Amino acid sequence: MKIINEIEKAQAKTGVPAFNVGDTVRVTSKIQEGGKERLQAFEGIVLKRQGKATRETFLVRKIVMGVGVERIFPINSPLIDRIQVVKSGKVRRAKLYYMRKLTGGAATRIEEAEAKPVKEGA
Amino acid sequence: MLLGKKLGMTQVYSEKGDVVPVTVVEAGPCYVTQVNEKSIQIGFGAAKKVNKPMAGHLKELKVKYLKEFKVGNAADYKVGQELKADLFKAGDKLKVAGTSIGKGTAGTVKRHHFHRGPMSHGSKSHRIPGSIGAGTTPGRVEKGTRMSGRMGNERVTVKGLKVVRVENEKNLILISGAVPGPGNNLLEIYKA
Repeated sequence: MKIINEIEKAQAKTGVPAFNVGDTVRVTSKIQEGGKERLQAFEGIVLKRQGKATRETFLVRKIVMGVGVERIFPINSPLIDRIQVVKSGKVRRAKLYYMRKLTGGAATRIEEAEAKPVKEGA
Repeated sequence: MLLGKKLGMTQVYSEKGDVVPVTVVEAGPCYVTQVNEKSIQIGFGAAKKVNKPMAGHLKELKVKYLKEFKVGNAADYKVGQELKADLFKAGDKLKVAGTSIGKGTAGTVKRHHFHRGPMSHGSKSHRIPGSIGAGTTPGRVEKGTRMSGRMGNERVTVKGLKVVRVENEKNLILISGAVPGPGNNLLEIYKA
């Protein structure tokens, strides 16, 4: 177990911002296209964070031309250039699956959280 | 070929950035304990105690597990020679054999992948095996008919596994995918 933990720890990325379910994030990922690399941003609401340690992933949802689009990112993926927290949201659930059923403005709106004291580490 | 110990599974990122599920195997150090005409015997793992007859066979080496492997060039090996994980490199194809996890008494659905019957609409044949043969002719159950019974805890070989990474200092091999058995399982690792 110790050795496996070491292997996992070696993959941890530094500079990953602390964010929570309900926050609006902008994930910039690297994309290989015809031998060239470019960056693509995906901005939406974080519906869930799941998994432990460096295996953790998060699910981002946004609405594109009236259609819901979801993407799952591994937090420590080398393909992620950076994660920016655009807005922090105030939610009462750990998993925001109910957002999938919402339409119109409600589907993209989450009450903004008051500025919380920033936790160390996290 | 090497003997190794399964440590467990995790995931690593490939060069392309994909997530690859891997099994971490502690492979070696193994020691050649005997050289025969067409085979060599390999020992692995530190033994706490070695009884007298064993000590006579092993000389200074104190190993827990012994296994004989057929090799084409047995004369190239020397007794006491160390075999380590650096026999393999990333990208190699492997064949891994070990003892599978014991499942105890298992029904035909789990053991032989039989289909199950309907769970409702008055059906009572939920997971029963069904017919096990014809009638008066032959008047007996054919030998080898698949039935329920002990499952697992038997030798299983998985072919075509790929080496993702080798860590020479720690004698670790990261193998893509799963290998037989629970953690701490003794494995035979062959180059395929």
